[in-house]
Amino acid sequence: MNHWILVPIVLPSLVAPLIVLAARHDIVLQRCFSIAGITAMLAVSIGLLIQATGGPPQVYDLGNWPAPFGIVMVLDRLSALMLVLASLLALLVLMYAVQTWDTRGRHFHALFQFQMMGVAGAFLTGDLFNLFVFFEVLLIASYGLMLHGAGAERLRAGFQYVAVNLAGSTLFLIALGLIYGVTGTLNMADLAVRVPLVPEADQALLRTGGLLLLVVFAIKAALVPLHFWLPQTYAAASAPVAALFAIMTKVGAYSILRVFTLIFGEGAGEAAWLAAPWLMPAALVTLVLGMVGVVAARSLRWMVCFGTIGSMGTLLIALGAFTVTATSAGLYYLMHSTFVAAALFLLADQVAQRRGSHDDSLAPAPRYPHIGLLSALFFVAAIAMVGMPPLSGFVGKLLILDGVRGVPLGSWAWVLLLSTSVLMLLGFARAGSRVFWKPTAIEGGAGEAEVAAPPAAMPLVAIALLLFSTVLLTAFAGPVMDFLDGTAAQLFEPRGYIAAVLGPEAPFTVSDF
Amino acid sequence: MEYLLASGVGVLTAAGVYMILRGRSFPVVIGMALLSYAVNVLLFSMGRLTIDRPPVLLLELDNYTDPLPQALVLTAIVISFGMTALIVVLALRSFLESGSDHVDGETAEGGTRE
Repeated sequence: MNHWILVPIVLPSLVAPLIVLAARHDIVLQRCFSIAGITAMLAVSIGLLIQATGGPPQVYDLGNWPAPFGIVMVLDRLSALMLVLASLLALLVLMYAVQTWDTRGRHFHALFQFQMMGVAGAFLTGDLFNLFVFFEVLLIASYGLMLHGAGAERLRAGFQYVAVNLAGSTLFLIALGLIYGVTGTLNMADLAVRVPLVPEADQALLRTGGLLLLVVFAIKAALVPLHFWLPQTYAAASAPVAALFAIMTKVGAYSILRVFTLIFGEGAGEAAWLAAPWLMPAALVTLVLGMVGVVAARSLRWMVCFGTIGSMGTLLIALGAFTVTATSAGLYYLMHSTFVAAALFLLADQVAQRRGSHDDSLAPAPRYPHIGLLSALFFVAAIAMVGMPPLSGFVGKLLILDGVRGVPLGSWAWVLLLSTSVLMLLGFARAGSRVFWKPTAIEGGAGEAEVAAPPAAMPLVAIALLLFSTVLLTAFAGPVMDFLDGTAAQLFEPRGYIAAVLGPEAPFTVSDF
Repeated sequence: MEYLLASGVGVLTAAGVYMILRGRSFPVVIGMALLSYAVNVLLFSMGRLTIDRPPVLLLELDNYTDPLPQALVLTAIVISFGMTALIVVLALRSFLESGSDHVDGETAEGGTRE
C-alpha cells in the first residue's frame, strides 16, 4: 500500500494541534509551521499527481480492512489534481495572510490547517459517509475562519452560513440513510456495482437519495437556487478566507462530478445519469444570475462574489453535459476560476485597505498609494475572469463552448455563455473605471492622505503569483489539456476505479456498457 | 412499530423545518436540533427494524441487526451535538454584538440594521 496517499490528510491534522499547543503565543512560529506544513502538503500532492498520472487509481485501505468493509482512500487523477490545486491555492493565500490578517484574531493558522485537512480528505475519500465526515471537518474549520476577525456584520453572516450548512448536513445524512437503506453499502465503488441491481420497487428511494445528494453538493457549489448564502458569506469574510473559500465551491463541483459519474453514471441501470436533467438548467440560471449580479454590484467584493457564482455556473454547465470533452474543459475552467477568483478577492481587500472610509465601494475616491500597480493587477485579473483573450478564461470558455456542442440545452449554453460574457465585461469595465481610473481625475484629494499605505509587499506578491498561475495555465494549455482529457476519460470509465477498490475479480455488473 | 417510527421521523422533520424558517435565532437553533433528531432516528432505522438479534452476521442465523447504522448514528450525533453548541454560541455572540436576535439582522422595531 502506498502510505503517501494519507499524508495530505494526516500532515495538516498534526500541524494544527502543534500550532495550537506549542506555538500559541508566538505568531512567527505559527507562521513558520503553517507555511512549512502547506509547502510539504503541496510537495506530496505533486508527487501523488505524478504517481496518479502514470497508472490506474491507487487505494489505501485504512486499518488494512478489505474494501467494502473498511474505509478506503482512493487516489486517481482527479483527486490528485484537486489536491495540487487546493494546496497551491492555500500556499499563496497563506503568503497573503501572514503579514495582514493572521493577527486580527486567534487560531487563524490552526483553523487553516484543519480546513486543508477537510478539503484533502474530501478529495481522497472513497466512501460516502467518510465524505460527509470530511465535509463536516472542512465546514467546522470554515465556520471558525469565516468568523475570523469578528465584528457584528461577520457574526450575522456567519450565523446564516452555519445555519445553511447545518441544514445541508442534515440533508446529506438523509440522503446517505436512503442510499444505505436501499443498497446496504456506502463505499462508492461498491455502490457503483450495486446501484444497477436495485429492484424496481426501491428505485424511487434510490433516486430520492441520489438527488438529495445533488442538492447537498449544489449548496456547496452555490448552484441556483441554493446560492443565496454565498455572496454575503464571502463578502463578510476576511479577504484571505474568502480567497481560500474559492476552493470550497470546487469541493461541491468535485463531489457532483465524482458521485454522478461513478455511482449514478452510465452503468447505473435505471438511475443512469440521474443528475443530468437537473444540473444543466440550474447551471444556466446560475450563470445568468451571477453575471447580472456582477453588473448590479455596488462594491468590488460583492462583484467578485457574483462573479464566483457566475463562474460556478459556467463550470457546472461543462460538468452537467456529462461528456468527456466537456468535463475536461470544465476541469480546466475549474483550475482557472479558482486562481482568478482568489486573486480578485485579495485585490479587493488591498484596494479597500488603501481607500480608508471609501472601502471597496464602486465610487470614485481620491488617489491612493500603489494605484498603478493595483490597477495593472486588476486589469489582468479582470481579463482572465471575463474570458477575454489571451488569458486562461478565454481558453476555458472556448473549450467549454466546444465541449457542449450537441448535448441537450447545448445551444442555450452557447447563447447564455456568450451573452453573459458581455454583461461581465460591462461590470468589470465599470468597476475598473470607477475604482482605478476616475481617482486620477479627482486630483488633489489631500484630505484622505491619512490613509497610510500598508507597507508589506508580500500581499501583492501573492496576488501576482496567483495571476501568474493563470498565465502559466494559458501558456501550457496544451499539456494541461492532455492531462485533463486523460482525467475525464478515467472518470467516464469507472471500471478501473471499481477494480482498484474491490479487486480485479469484482462482480462487474457495469461491464455491459 | 414501522408506522410509529416513520410518523415520528415525519413529525420531527416537519417541526424542524417549520422552526428553522422562523425569523429569530433561538427557534432556528431548536429547529436544527429537531432536524438532527429526526435524521438520527431515520439513519438508525435504515438497518431495518429487528429486535432480539445479535449485531453480527453468523451463518447459522437467518437474521441479524445491522450494526453499521448504529455506528453512523453515533458519528452523526457527535457532529450535530457539536454543531448545535457552536450555533448557540454564535447566536449569542451575534445578539450581544448587534442587539438583535433576528437571523437576517432586523431590529425589534422592524427596520433593517444600519
